[in-house]
Amino acid sequence: MAVINLNKKQFESEIGKLDEKMQNKVAMFGTPIEKIDNEDVEIEVFPNRPDLLSFQGFKRSFLAFLGKKTGLKKYNLNKPEKNYKVTIENSVKDVRPYTVCSIVKGLKLDNENIKELIEIQEKLHITVGRKRKKLAIGIYPLEKIKLPITYKALEPDKIRFIPLESNKKMSGLEILEKHPAGREYSQLLAGKTKFPIFIDANKDILSMPPIINSQLTGKITEDTKDVFIECSGFDKDILNKCLNIIITVLADMGGKVYQMNVIGKKREITPNLTTEKMKISIENTNKLLGLNLEKKQIRQLIEKMGHNYNKETVEIPSWRTDILHEVDLIEDIAIAYGYENFIPVIPEISTIGKENKKEIIKRKIAEILTGLNMLEVSNYHLTKKDDQNKKMGLSEKNKEKFIELEESKTEFSILRTNLTHYLLKIFSENIDSEYPQQIFEIGKVFKADKDIIEDENLAAAITPGNFTEIKQILEYLSKMINIKIEIKETEKSKAYFIEGRVAEILINNKKIGFIGEIHPKILKNWRIKMPIALFEINLKEVFKELD
Amino acid sequence: MDIKNIIRSLSPNERKIIPYLNEDVDKISEKSGLDKVSVLRSLGYLQNKNIVNISSETKKIVEIGVNGALYKKKGLPERRLLNLLNEKRVLKFKDAQKQSSLSDEEFKVSIGALKKKAMIELKNNKIVLSTNNITKKMLEEIFIENLPLEYDSLSPEQQHALKYLQNRKEIIEIKEEKTINIEITELGNTIINSKIKSEQLIEQVTPEILKKDSLWKGKRFRRYDITSPVPRINGGKRHFVNQAIDYGRKIWTDLGFIEMSGNLIESSFWNFDSLFTAQDHPVRDMQDTFFINKQKELPDKKIVKAVKLAHEKGISKSKGWKYKWDEKEAKRVVLRTHTTCLSAKTLSKLKKENLPTKFFALGKCFRNETVDWSHGFEFNQTEGIVVDKNANFRHLLGYLKQFFEKMGFKKIRFRPSYFPYTEPSVEIDAFHPGKKIWLELGGAGIFRPEVTVPLLGENIPVLAWGPGFDRMLMDYYKIKDLRELYKNDITKLRKMKFWMK
Repeated sequence: MAVINLNKKQFESEIGKLDEKMQNKVAMFGTPIEKIDNEDVEIEVFPNRPDLLSFQGFKRSFLAFLGKKTGLKKYNLNKPEKNYKVTIENSVKDVRPYTVCSIVKGLKLDNENIKELIEIQEKLHITVGRKRKKLAIGIYPLEKIKLPITYKALEPDKIRFIPLESNKKMSGLEILEKHPAGREYSQLLAGKTKFPIFIDANKDILSMPPIINSQLTGKITEDTKDVFIECSGFDKDILNKCLNIIITVLADMGGKVYQMNVIGKKREITPNLTTEKMKISIENTNKLLGLNLEKKQIRQLIEKMGHNYNKETVEIPSWRTDILHEVDLIEDIAIAYGYENFIPVIPEISTIGKENKKEIIKRKIAEILTGLNMLEVSNYHLTKKDDQNKKMGLSEKNKEKFIELEESKTEFSILRTNLTHYLLKIFSENIDSEYPQQIFEIGKVFKADKDIIEDENLAAAITPGNFTEIKQILEYLSKMINIKIEIKETEKSKAYFIEGRVAEILINNKKIGFIGEIHPKILKNWRIKMPIALFEINLKEVFKELD
Repeated sequence: MDIKNIIRSLSPNERKIIPYLNEDVDKISEKSGLDKVSVLRSLGYLQNKNIVNISSETKKIVEIGVNGALYKKKGLPERRLLNLLNEKRVLKFKDAQKQSSLSDEEFKVSIGALKKKAMIELKNNKIVLSTNNITKKMLEEIFIENLPLEYDSLSPEQQHALKYLQNRKEIIEIKEEKTINIEITELGNTIINSKIKSEQLIEQVTPEILKKDSLWKGKRFRRYDITSPVPRINGGKRHFVNQAIDYGRKIWTDLGFIEMSGNLIESSFWNFDSLFTAQDHPVRDMQDTFFINKQKELPDKKIVKAVKLAHEKGISKSKGWKYKWDEKEAKRVVLRTHTTCLSAKTLSKLKKENLPTKFFALGKCFRNETVDWSHGFEFNQTEGIVVDKNANFRHLLGYLKQFFEKMGFKKIRFRPSYFPYTEPSVEIDAFHPGKKIWLELGGAGIFRPEVTVPLLGENIPVLAWGPGFDRMLMDYYKIKDLRELYKNDITKLRKMKFWMK
């Protein structure tokens, strides 16, 4: 989730007063306000609209939405001047094959502008750039660079420069190992025999994308008038869009945008603000939205979203990344129309509702058990290894085959194979609650055999309780659901029961679970000082019988 | 209540103690034949009926201790030593202790005490009596004789003696004594003096009484104090989240929806790919989603091929995500992150002749999250789809409005949102009247053609939603922390109110 920070004063002087009505408008534009105080407004920008990740980008689109400056905004691009050239060497092909570049001149940057530029760069890196993997952006003060520029890849030990936030020359590898930014993003160059660099006509290294810029070229400051911008990565479409997002922001700040010759296998001139055209059908629009819009209205609405409209064709700004299909334009029309203006309606189509049979059976079982004064509990499907194995007296050898998660942010790192251990856990956490305690749970359990097995189990436990009492409950349940349940002595019981007080539960000679008294050594593991009797059964056979 | 009724409400025990209310509690117990606890309880009931006023005070009482009782009989050690000296006048230290038969400690204390009172002198290991007046009782002796005494009303001399004796071993003991004062009210006096006391009243209605009419006919029943508290009892009940889930289920079936169900462990294909979620989308990171190191087979080739095409080049005039779609990535197994995977599967099996149709699901989903008051790694989601050639955006809002109204959210708003698989997309907010803010309840939209075309074979509008369910319950159950939902605190579960919708 990307959240951007807007200066409230700037918002109010350039867009309008942020009263309740305006705040609602901001939300209805699709950028909900996360936080607002006297100085800042934080808005959320959804991942489909990276062009809104800066104040300038937001302002441009939002003013159109408010009906103030509608239609496609035009920007002037100046032709490349002498030496406005970036050469792409073939060596980058396997590392980071593409770059698109631009020069913007005549900027008068203040602190706010610089903050905004840093923020948009960061936000684009995280979102569209997938943490710089897909795309990295560099903005450099032009006065420190001698044009033309070369984009190439070198062996890491042949790369030597002083990276930002450092004071000594480092090799490519050293940067990855020692520099904070290097360490953070080292994964992106891992295994590469060559690292990409931008290098100027003086043979000074400007940067090593997507990691870090050089100290020599430095950062942009309030004194910076002219800048060089590059986007490097793997997907030329995305690179072009991102470059467009940045240069239009710089243009909105008052800069003059120049194209550059980018020479790889082919010569290209970037940036390229060529718009895209897409047909939109009035019929499809009205059908999908349930409206009755006329062409004129559609034009107005489309223009409110910053597009141009001509003969059922939409001209889409070159910085929009999210228009893949006509439906995306239809959504834009819906947003411009105002979600609050749609009248909700339930159509008169007759369909017959139906609950899942298993859910009905589970509910009935729960009703039967609650009728016996039992309390239903609800546990996580994930559990802790120790709770399920060690505390239940199950060694590495006799534990059930559980499924482990590849990564978990908590101690809950496996899927439960049974409900029993969770019921004991509840008893151990409720020794201060009034006794007797009688609880049950119906829920999924998971086992890893050759395949993943996902079953529905029922477990019921009572404390203080003995075999007779828990058997009474099981037999009552069996009678109420009218399924014959057998109880049989067993040799292969679970280790956590008392020998001689445990039995197998069967339906139609099929083993479905266990019933018994819990062994004191297990109670001790859970620090429980009350006798417990319980049963747990797999419901598969029950479902089958009742089907 | 008039006096008669009050009298008829007196329990047998209350009746037994009424004649002795002028006495103290011990006496009442003795005379009524009730134990002290029953007397106190009955006094409480009488107070509730305004017959007596009970007040209690705690007094400190100075009592004689174990050694004190012994000394009271045999005399204090210093008295015994003094008596000996009175005979002998002068005694060697050693002989004095022997002859007085005092313990080391007693002897030491006695010497000290007599010296302090200037009754003896110590010279060259000898004790010399230095007074003739040994008959006068010492303060301490008088004090012991007078025990027990009330601590608060000790005279200065007594206080002095107490202070001195207190330091010695178990001569005295200070106890706290609670005394209960019974004050009979005007009403009480009237009742005590009335004659109806002797009337026979029926206590419990027992099977024995019911056997013979004569045992109850024409008799009066003792009136109960219906205001007095009774012990709490606990009943069995469904877990409160499940109560609400059943209600949610009912809303959907009432609206004509068929329930979908399926596994919690699902392939990435159904959870992500079939829903047009690009393979490099951040939600497919291990940081966000639980992965299991297994593979699941993909469904039939036709669908896989169409999904691949939708991602790589686009389908039905879409531009697609333009990247190389990897079958291996689609086989990776996840804990479902949303119930929307059930919708995708359902669409892939749908027969055209069954349209229009509507489905719902309500179940657990998972995200790799740390746990805090507003987040957890497990949550319930309620899913719905409407598959209808004529379905439109206003219908979507209509179903959602209906559902949220039934869940108790009167004021809701729809605003634009984004999901990779819906367009238009919408977020539902509910207004919280207490906090005066909009709360995010969940997302919805119309499935994109990139989703419907591969699954249905053509672009039929599918309205779809999947708001989180748990957050909707918090206000009703007055829960501020999502962790409480699955904490299973038995005391709290017992007290938790029912879902009365």
